[in-house]
Amino acid sequence: MTTDLRPSRNGPPPPPPAKARPRPARTWRTRLARLDVKGAPYAFISPFYIVFLIFGAFPLVYTLWVSLHDWELASGTRKFIGLDNYDYLLTDADFWHATVNTLGIFAVSTIPQLLIALLVANALNRRMRLPTMFRIGMVAPLVTSTAAVAIVFTQMFDTNWGMINWVIGLVGIDPIHWSSSRGWSWIAIAMMVDWRWTGYNALIYLAAMQAIPKDLYEAAAIDGASRIRQFWQITVPMLRPTIIFTVIISTIGGLQLFTEPVLFSVGTPNKMDGGPMHQFQTITMYMYDNAFGHDRYGYGATVAWALFVMIIVFSLINFLAVRRTGGTK
Amino acid sequence: MTTLLAGPGGRPDAKHAAARPGRFRGMWNASPLTYLTLIVALVLSIFPIYWMIIVATRTNSVVADVPPPLLPGAHGPDNVGRLFDNPEAYFAKGLLNSALASAAVTISTVFFASLAGFAFAKLRFRGKSALLLTIIATMMIPVQMGIIPLYMIMVKLGWTGQLQAVIVPFLVTGFGVFMMRQYADQAVPDELIEAARVDGCTTFGIYWRVVLPALRPAAGVLGLFTFMQTWNEFMWPLAVLQPDNPTVQLSINNLANAYFKDYTLMFAGTSVAILPLLIVFIIFGRQIIGGIMEGAVKA
Repeated sequence: MTTDLRPSRNGPPPPPPAKARPRPARTWRTRLARLDVKGAPYAFISPFYIVFLIFGAFPLVYTLWVSLHDWELASGTRKFIGLDNYDYLLTDADFWHATVNTLGIFAVSTIPQLLIALLVANALNRRMRLPTMFRIGMVAPLVTSTAAVAIVFTQMFDTNWGMINWVIGLVGIDPIHWSSSRGWSWIAIAMMVDWRWTGYNALIYLAAMQAIPKDLYEAAAIDGASRIRQFWQITVPMLRPTIIFTVIISTIGGLQLFTEPVLFSVGTPNKMDGGPMHQFQTITMYMYDNAFGHDRYGYGATVAWALFVMIIVFSLINFLAVRRTGGTK
Repeated sequence: MTTLLAGPGGRPDAKHAAARPGRFRGMWNASPLTYLTLIVALVLSIFPIYWMIIVATRTNSVVADVPPPLLPGAHGPDNVGRLFDNPEAYFAKGLLNSALASAAVTISTVFFASLAGFAFAKLRFRGKSALLLTIIATMMIPVQMGIIPLYMIMVKLGWTGQLQAVIVPFLVTGFGVFMMRQYADQAVPDELIEAARVDGCTTFGIYWRVVLPALRPAAGVLGLFTFMQTWNEFMWPLAVLQPDNPTVQLSINNLANAYFKDYTLMFAGTSVAILPLLIVFIIFGRQIIGGIMEGAVKA
């Protein structure tokens, strides 16, 4: 293959092939070849567009249309009601309650998660024995199934039999009712989220740390800066774009939080309630419960669209922030 | 997003870096405190998985034991047997469904994404840059946002409760296309493609014989992550499938609904449900880390 190529690039062009071939066959072949060159790219990319248009773009736009209706699949009701659903959304205490829960869980999970990830990444960035073992250990949680681990954690957070209450009992703290109090349930769910994602973020930070020029540290060391000072004045500022990236990714993930709180509701009549007082019901659970639990597809779509707008706003912040800082490594 | 953009393009640099540990492996040797931090983090990462396996191999009295046992017991086979005999979990069916769906989605995503990635990286056609931009835009849209109309489509198609409902909508992703494009861009020399064309290869022939073999490392990482994601999916199967024809995640959800006090049964279920992922992880741990550090994973 490649031996043929060389003369054709350096020397004169090769003689046109198949001169003796009868004319009609040749045009048929060239036409087919041209069709191949022109058409193949479109044929190659079309599967993505077909799947995306039917199952991605259309549903997203149609969500908007559905949200303008009083739409019930089970009863067959379908009535255009304009913006009434949005009107209701704005005054819907349950929706805002779920929004506060979602943002609350997000806040108590993301801040410690990213701080710990930074510390772990900084530790991983040293010359050490068995670096691969430590790195692999950090991502083990990411590779497990969310539903399975949520069940395991829910048992660990059990008020009477859970290991976590046993451990804190050892240091003399009274058992905590993890699932019944709003604040404690947020913390329990946040711990499930953090357990899963801290190692992932640590590896992202590690990759960025490895790109920081060593000279910066050498210069700082010559100037007498301690390692802690180097960490806060060199590492953290240099990682700023990456930190912004992880904050936004965590926000997008956090806004859609679903599996962990649903499985944390184990043993309650409606798992989408997020506890009897809706103390840990997230926006996605509220959307799901409206549509699939109460046959209110129209209103569920309204909640979905509201959530989508929130996600778009955060993505735009991401884009602008990253652009302003000149991109990440 | 931008970590994605850095993408597999960073690969050759990373290789050079490995050859020069002085520059990229960190500045100082780890101190005892560093090791302590890492060991604590490692134990916290592994412990819940380990505890799950311990409980799965014991009897139900385990939850009342003080202190909790830290070594496996002898009841693992019993518990797994009860799991598969359980009439409400449909566990065997769940495993089979998850295996079929994950395999189908993985093969199809890798195939279509590499095909489209090759087109975007190496072929010339009208509208290419605009089309590529739309692909990047689609990566920002979470599929769940359209879950209600998606469900309505499934109702219209008569697919609710059927396995194709969790396969067909995910046959190819914008993320996959983009990732393969980034890799193909620098992994496949233009000369090789020209040579194949001069030799009379069709465009698909070039893809199959020249490009696909060159894309193998990136295709492997994409395949791993696609498999894990599909195996792990919970919300959409919960919406569209029925409890009697579940994926494995729904099987353990069935167990949690009905037997939430039978810990050994539930933990046997969760252990079996993550077993394929753990096997993938043990075999491909390094590639998974490489994928994350190159930003090849979308959260």
